[in-house]
Amino acid sequence: MTDATAQDKIAGPTPDTAIRDAERADGPMLAADGRPLKKSLASALRRQKIRALLLIAPLLIFIMFTFIIPIGQMLFRSVENQIVSETLPRTVAALDGYDSESGPPSGEVFAALTRDMVVAAELKNHTRLGSRLNYETTGLSSLFRQAGRGVDDIGEDYTDAFVDANEAWEEGETWVRLLANEGWIVASDEWAAREEAAGRGFDELPPRFVFADGVEEALPRTTEMYADFAAVLRTEDGDSPVDEEPWNIVYLSLYEDLAANPDAPAAFEGAEAELLAEAAEIAAGLEPFDYTAAFEEIDEDWLGEDVWGTIDAFSSDYTAGYFAASADRKLTPDGIQPVDEDQRVYGTLFLRTMLMSLGITVSCIALGYPVAWLLANLPLRTANVLMILVLLPFWTSLLVRTSAWKVLLQQQGVINDILVWLGLVSDSNRLIMINNQFGTIVAMTHILLPFMILPLYSVMKTIPPSYLRAAKSLGATNWTAFWRVYFPQSVPGIGAGSILVFILAIGYYITPEIVGGTKGVFISNRIAYHISTSLNWGLAAALGTILLALVLVLYWLYDRIVGIDNVKLGG
Amino acid sequence: MKLTKILMASSALTLAGSVAFAESHAMESPVAGEPMADSMTLVSWGGAYQASQQKAYVEPYLEMNPDVTITWDESSAEAVAKLRAMNEADNLTWDLVDVVASDAIRLCDEGLAMEVDHDEVLAPAPDGTDASDDFGDLIVSDCFIPQIVYSTTVGYRTDAEGWTGTPEDICALWDLENFPGQRSLERRPIGNLEWALLCDGVAKEDIYDVLETEEGQDRAFAKLDEIKDNVVWWTAGADTPQLLADGEIVMGSTYNGRLFSLIVEQDQPVEMLWDAQVFDLDGWIIPEGLPEERLNRVMDFLWFATDTQRLADQSKYISYGPARDSSAPMVSMHAELGVDMAPHMPTDPANSENTFLYNYEWWADYRDDLDAKFQAWLAQ
Repeated sequence: MTDATAQDKIAGPTPDTAIRDAERADGPMLAADGRPLKKSLASALRRQKIRALLLIAPLLIFIMFTFIIPIGQMLFRSVENQIVSETLPRTVAALDGYDSESGPPSGEVFAALTRDMVVAAELKNHTRLGSRLNYETTGLSSLFRQAGRGVDDIGEDYTDAFVDANEAWEEGETWVRLLANEGWIVASDEWAAREEAAGRGFDELPPRFVFADGVEEALPRTTEMYADFAAVLRTEDGDSPVDEEPWNIVYLSLYEDLAANPDAPAAFEGAEAELLAEAAEIAAGLEPFDYTAAFEEIDEDWLGEDVWGTIDAFSSDYTAGYFAASADRKLTPDGIQPVDEDQRVYGTLFLRTMLMSLGITVSCIALGYPVAWLLANLPLRTANVLMILVLLPFWTSLLVRTSAWKVLLQQQGVINDILVWLGLVSDSNRLIMINNQFGTIVAMTHILLPFMILPLYSVMKTIPPSYLRAAKSLGATNWTAFWRVYFPQSVPGIGAGSILVFILAIGYYITPEIVGGTKGVFISNRIAYHISTSLNWGLAAALGTILLALVLVLYWLYDRIVGIDNVKLGG
Repeated sequence: MKLTKILMASSALTLAGSVAFAESHAMESPVAGEPMADSMTLVSWGGAYQASQQKAYVEPYLEMNPDVTITWDESSAEAVAKLRAMNEADNLTWDLVDVVASDAIRLCDEGLAMEVDHDEVLAPAPDGTDASDDFGDLIVSDCFIPQIVYSTTVGYRTDAEGWTGTPEDICALWDLENFPGQRSLERRPIGNLEWALLCDGVAKEDIYDVLETEEGQDRAFAKLDEIKDNVVWWTAGADTPQLLADGEIVMGSTYNGRLFSLIVEQDQPVEMLWDAQVFDLDGWIIPEGLPEERLNRVMDFLWFATDTQRLADQSKYISYGPARDSSAPMVSMHAELGVDMAPHMPTDPANSENTFLYNYEWWADYRDDLDAKFQAWLAQ
């Protein structure tokens, strides 16, 4: 404090003055410029942080857009399941509270399904949904494909009945006059005139269909289907409904509206009211439509429990189904059940991937450690030559190295030939060293070896050789000197190498695919299959998510047991 | 020297022939005269197959349309996944994609391939037969434009040791007593399960009915169990020919075109077992959502590339059968080897005494289920 008192004589404020001032005034501590110290410090730090952030911003943005967001999106697919509720909105709503054990659902559900399928078939979405649901229950793919072909005929009899009575029903214009808002008709005519004038290359969409007042209340089913009809026509063909005959299901809906509410024509005026009154009379003479029977006719499997149980179990927007499948389980209406024993494969594959990656890591340590030691202890000139030998395979194409192992290891391959020539193995009992786990471990150890040697080398390089000499001069045997003095100092290198090798190995796919046969393939081979062949991206994403989670858990375990500070990639 | 001259002369003749044909070809493509893009990206399989397409119709087309540039992308093996990704990214870079029929069905189901009216976009046969009749049953999907018929069949080494007799039928695969040694089969259930049932005594016409039942599937897997320890499973078409050439295996399944080049071009001691060959198809699909000018170019090219003469020309370079009925009588010599191609075609009467037609729709349903079973079975 004496020094500080002396400084007090200096003119102008100093940090000490500020502190003293603060002490005296019992107020906030002030910085040299008189602002509170805390604020001043915080703003200086903030400025620094912003500058740092701006400096790394390009990299951060790049990584966000090319790495984190796409991976996040891919992983998100593992739970996404909107396809069912988007393709079959009415059916999913009608299925609410359905219990698949009580047999096929009510006619109402089939009526909803018919309407959904007509729209889906027009948009060609039904087959997509079929192949999605076929991942869960075999046979749904063709069931949906067939239904897509069959549904446009549903209601044909009603179309014929109305058209037979009055040909006007065949005309798109009749429907427009009956249902459309006048403003829309004007807009549509104008659009048609523009199309006529423009000729080829006209790509303006017709105006969105608008119903006249009160029509939707009078004919709810008809207008609902007609709205879909107009919307599909607009987006798919760029056409206005004025010249198009509606789908059969619209006629069927009209019949149902008129049968349910014979007074509906009263809501209309003039010619339209007359037309509708006449239609109501025809409707009175028709039988109600049996939707269930129509689907039974398309395929009797539509009445099966399996189909409806699956649709019901997968009707929500998000599903645990893919994760269940990744764990050899199945999402059913009764909850998650194990799949049949002859279909369980993912558990085995995950376990195998882990164990074999561990085996590869261990053999990389066993082979890499002596090499790294040699590299670190030989004279520089020799070490450099050896280093090139280590790096050379590193620069060679992965495929070439893998194929080379094929040539070496196969039964008529180089190694077997030599063994036979030496008389160690008889010609008829050549060793099987490829297309099994052995082949995968050998090839992958070779491929991943540099990832073990390089971190080991860089750590060993920093261990002064004098330590070993000191240990020996104090009476340690070679082994004790190595084990008690040298080895503990090289552990961070082993740690770094092991993490690199293990994590790379766990995601490997090309090498196991080529040399792994059936028992040496990894989980990544299944992920690749689901991405490129079966197109079951949801399951691929779920498997990938689990693999990622497993790696993170192992990393956490490693941190707890060995400590991540104990990892060194370089001196 | 002499040979080169003959070859040059014959290829000049071919060229002259095809040019003459193009000139006399009165029917123009339906989009002729419309605005067209001047570049096009074709997707195919690479290798000998793509080369046959290049020589049979891409080069002649480019000669007729010198302003056009055609780029190849050898991505057919991943076409389905890539098209889906392009569709999601809304960035379609391909114009015409060569895929196998089952992929075409999948792409059509997914809404990623365009449905076409075959009579409208494809040229009729020279005698006026509509394209849809000329291609017949090979149009297995509304999106699929067939080009060739190929088959998966078995090749065996003629110098295998310890064999009694020569393999006569597909069941030789299971006959470890008379034909000992390693075999290779494709690492997927399709084809293998059918063969297993066939050799387990199921009549050809009942196979899919049997395979539909749990017992039938168990039966097929049990039959495969008999040879499981003697099988190397392949994933790439080149695997079996390589394994046969190395003597790693004594017999194995692969595409007939691969065996043709092994036997005829590389002169290896290998014979083909045409019995119970499984027919499959390969052809074009147009990706959904092409802009009009690019679509016009594709249509113009397709009209030319799938006509009777062009499909027959393709068989000069590779031993796959043309998909048009009208092309079959025009199949002639191999363009370079001078070998008569007809006896090497899977569709040749002598080879197709006993064939197996792959049931696409059935497999579209059962593929996911049986694949899971197959993988579990392999892992056991």
